[in-house]
Amino acid sequence: MQQNRFSIAILALGGQGGGVLADWIQHIAREAGWLAQGTSVPGVAQRTGSTVYYVELATPDDEGRTPIMAQMPMPGDVDIVVASELMETGRALLRGFSTAGRTTLIGSTHRIYAISEKAAMSDGRGNGDAIVAAAGERSKRFIGFDMEAAAEGTNSVISAVMFGALAASGALPFGRDLYEKAIRDSGIAVATNLAGFDAGWRAAEGALTMPVEESHPVPQASTTVGKALEARARANLPEAAIPNALHGIQRLMDYQDAAYAGLFLERLESVAAKDQSPFTLTAEAARHLALWMSYEDSIRVADLKTRETRIARVRGEVKASDEQLLTITEFMHPRLREICEILPARLGRAILSNEMFSRSISGFFTHGRHVETTSLRWFLLLRTLAGMRRWRPISMRFADEQARIETWLERVRTAAASDNALAIELVRCQRLIKGYCDTFERGLGNFERIMAAQPQSAEEVSRLCTAALSDEGGQALEEALKAA
Amino acid sequence: MAERSFVAEARKLTAGAGETFTGEGILAVTKALLQSGVAYVGGYQGSPISHLMDVFADASDLLESLGVHFEASASEASAAAMLAASVNYPLRGAVVWKSVVGTNVASDALSNVASGGVTGGALVIVGEDYGEGSSIMQERTHAFAMKSQIWLLDPRPNLPSIVAAVEQGFALSEASNTPVMLQMRVRSCHMTGSFTAKDNVRPKMTVAEAAAAPQRDTNRIVLPPANFLHEVEKIEKRWPAGIAYVRDQHLNEWFGPDEAHGIGIIVQGGLYNNLNRAMELSGLSSAFGDSALPVYCLNVTYPLIPDEVSAFCRGKRAVLVVEEGQPEFIEHELNTLVRRAGIDCRIIGKDTLPRAGEYSAQVIRKGLSDFLHAWAPEIAPAETTESPLPAPVARQIPQRPAGFCTGCPERPVFTAMKLLERELGPAHVSADIGCHLFSILPPFNIGNTTMGYGLGTAGASAFKPKGKRAIAVMGDGGFWHNGLTSGIGNAVFNKDDTVTIVIDNGYSAATGGQDIPSSRADNKRRATRNPIERAIRGVGGAWVRTIERTYDIKQMRDTLREALTAPDKGPKVIIAQSECMLNRQRREKPLMRKAEKDGKRVVRERFGVDSDTCTGDHSCIRLSGCPSLSIKPNPDPLRRDPVAHVENSCVGCGLCGEVSHAAVLCPSFYRASIVSNPGRVERTWMKMRQAIIKRLQQRDTRARLARAF
Repeated sequence: MQQNRFSIAILALGGQGGGVLADWIQHIAREAGWLAQGTSVPGVAQRTGSTVYYVELATPDDEGRTPIMAQMPMPGDVDIVVASELMETGRALLRGFSTAGRTTLIGSTHRIYAISEKAAMSDGRGNGDAIVAAAGERSKRFIGFDMEAAAEGTNSVISAVMFGALAASGALPFGRDLYEKAIRDSGIAVATNLAGFDAGWRAAEGALTMPVEESHPVPQASTTVGKALEARARANLPEAAIPNALHGIQRLMDYQDAAYAGLFLERLESVAAKDQSPFTLTAEAARHLALWMSYEDSIRVADLKTRETRIARVRGEVKASDEQLLTITEFMHPRLREICEILPARLGRAILSNEMFSRSISGFFTHGRHVETTSLRWFLLLRTLAGMRRWRPISMRFADEQARIETWLERVRTAAASDNALAIELVRCQRLIKGYCDTFERGLGNFERIMAAQPQSAEEVSRLCTAALSDEGGQALEEALKAA
Repeated sequence: MAERSFVAEARKLTAGAGETFTGEGILAVTKALLQSGVAYVGGYQGSPISHLMDVFADASDLLESLGVHFEASASEASAAAMLAASVNYPLRGAVVWKSVVGTNVASDALSNVASGGVTGGALVIVGEDYGEGSSIMQERTHAFAMKSQIWLLDPRPNLPSIVAAVEQGFALSEASNTPVMLQMRVRSCHMTGSFTAKDNVRPKMTVAEAAAAPQRDTNRIVLPPANFLHEVEKIEKRWPAGIAYVRDQHLNEWFGPDEAHGIGIIVQGGLYNNLNRAMELSGLSSAFGDSALPVYCLNVTYPLIPDEVSAFCRGKRAVLVVEEGQPEFIEHELNTLVRRAGIDCRIIGKDTLPRAGEYSAQVIRKGLSDFLHAWAPEIAPAETTESPLPAPVARQIPQRPAGFCTGCPERPVFTAMKLLERELGPAHVSADIGCHLFSILPPFNIGNTTMGYGLGTAGASAFKPKGKRAIAVMGDGGFWHNGLTSGIGNAVFNKDDTVTIVIDNGYSAATGGQDIPSSRADNKRRATRNPIERAIRGVGGAWVRTIERTYDIKQMRDTLREALTAPDKGPKVIIAQSECMLNRQRREKPLMRKAEKDGKRVVRERFGVDSDTCTGDHSCIRLSGCPSLSIKPNPDPLRRDPVAHVENSCVGCGLCGEVSHAAVLCPSFYRASIVSNPGRVERTWMKMRQAIIKRLQQRDTRARLARAF
């Protein structure tokens, strides 16, 4: 017997066109002589929240009686689920809408991060792999691909792509022409929506795919100096640390020069000497040491902001065409402290310690600056600042950072002699130190408080680090330190 | 209304007899009002009934041609008071609002109109915002119907039934001289479907005709001794008339056999579809409602019809009553009725079905199963097993609390408050109803209480500060609804020292962007452009500052600091103005697209983050929470934390830049200005600059490559 009722749940976020998709589905059904009903509870969910749209399609019986339709998806009784995002696919599973052996589950594999994931002080993202696995187990068929990319590739919207995937799934007894007619009948952005529909159709016929992620191949040395450093790294460091070490060398040569990269290797070798198989300590030390040694100062920022590749990248990111003019304005807020940091150590310290003098000039540093990098004046200024790279090793900040790095490494090496796991966690503590101004000071402060507490085990360090990253105000760390 | 057009929906209202009307439930009600010869309609917007108000506002020509008066009332109280027109005249009138909050506001007028009774049919349409997705407190409109003696309709959720209920509602109201409420659940308001239309009917008498020939009957006025007579009349005349009408016109319905297994089910009309689905999946009904058990469907949930109840319950051992929400008024009343009738039938309700929460088909299925296991085990379905998603997987799925839209001008107000909180420490914040209430959610986490629409300032009135002042938030919608008097006037009168921030975004934004008295849009049918500041000064507010651009974080923060610390006595009011971005985009986007197409110079601005200078701390996100400010995997091979990232949905409001300046964050933000169709001079000058910069950059690149890895 032909199926005479279809229940369809659409899970989407505000602004993704879930309502449009629900309308299209009802439109094709009505065109094909079915009865269609759609419901939703938009409420405040339209503002970034997730919304469930429910569509039921049914046929009258032989006597012409109209069926009684449900107003929301019932767990275990849903034929088709369409979800516009990976975690919304997960939410469909969480609410029991998808049933093994029954439900055709169509879900995008891209992510739109929730505020809790975005606002975390480090990495608060949920694990999507677990969702993908569960989606396969808890459906008759799981059609998953990056629908956002498909929409972007066709200059279309995700609802059109979802519609195409639904058509291709064959889960509804309607032909492709009817789907395309629904898009035409709606009369809005017909050409791009049809393109999006087609992209969705084709992707749905292919295999399960996840969004493309940037890969980081191990860098290849291209200069004589680079090759020499690579050879030295390969000769003196364990295999496990090579990828990070080479990334580190590349980074520090770009940041400063070959000699600085040499110092990096020398420091790393001293850690490797205390390490043992599987050499996780050296590998992690390579990563964190390179990051610390390439600390963010005004010189670095000016350098990165004025590079040739950057303008091209921004152009791509903001989708400016070749015919359009592009100006870029930076929001910089150099404080007196940041300027002193790149001055020769003695001068910088003198200014900062002379309260009267620093107060008298501090007026110049209380306002944020709108720096138009695409203007000649500002470009030249920033380029000059970037050129101060050569004098960085005599700067105040350089001296401070090298001293901190040495203290940290000494502590790591000492720990490594007796407790390798503890040494690894001490190395990883470096992740607390990041950012600029207040953020940097907060991170460094937390790092130093943890070090001062002299934690005795890997677990303790890890716990304190997690606490430091759990709130901005530092209460969690305070409590964790008290508990220690 | 203001920036969004409902002309297409308004056109649907012209459908004539025999035409198929397809659309949302609330739109079907709108059409049904016109088919019923309504003379006047009023109401206050709010989910889920905003659509009715918006469509009527855009259907002015049709309403005028029919002689129907429509007005967007200042509040639900204004709307309810409008029903006074039906007291002395045979005018059919309808008012509409979101319930239970709107009914709270309207209840004074409702009590009065219910006391005096009506001559013309008076219909109150309430959107019952209860259950999943609800944004208000969990109360029942049913209580208001009971206390004021207003009949309550809860029709089966399909468009023909809903449309019929509107028409029957007017007739019932006239037959019993009693106002009638039509309750629409959220899902039914937004539910699409079809019904066969009838012709629109001109009212028998228009409001103009009534005004031209005034009538007066002191017996209809709530004042002694008439009010004592009203009570007697309610019981002796209107009640029996109402019951007789409901019974004789068969407003309630019966399904299934008269007798089966000694049990039966009584259900609220609005839940009938869910019940049938639950029964179908339990093998006790079909998709077409062929129930195996007797079902008594209450399309009128107040009053109950004693004869019908006793006829249904007689001979049954137990009856399951499916009644959503609490207290369980219907269950109480059923118990009374069967006891009075001397029937030995157990009424099973909240002891089997959950006390709280929406009665979805799933919930009813479970309750029905328990009921059957206890009272008719021979037909009870087998227990179903559930396999919930394992906890480690479920934990990965984040909550998605509602938040401010991309570019929302209210966000910077709370960013400024957060920055100031770092300086002055936390203050008690009395929040209000409106989009700005999202401040209580992450990432802002600002706000201690909310006491109702427009009541932000009143909610802070108990805090008589010695040192630290409380902060109250109020939206412009709430301000005009009642906040001007309940909040500002009250604070002036009582010499309160609180700081009030009035968020003036130009619309009643949370309910769909309707115009209000201070809207800047020109509205040819309404008087707009009435400044909030003038109103505040009018009630005696002296310390008032207007900020014309909320995105100016520094000004916002400094003004708030001044308000919190100024020595002046009396309320301090800051009016924070910037247009609702959603409405602004609706208006400006098509214009910009057209200008660009026509070859005119158009500048588009948006923000971005340089991922190589971003270190992944996300301070910016914690101070903003803009949907277009997100994260992406770190492109740096050595870093793990995701970097901030601005998505293409950015509208270039400027907050990101302001925040990174005001909070001294990081230099990663940039603003890109993209100029389409630039002039020749501009293009040439830009090309020259670019050529020089490019030359220098190429030189730098060569130098860098020489010292590179």
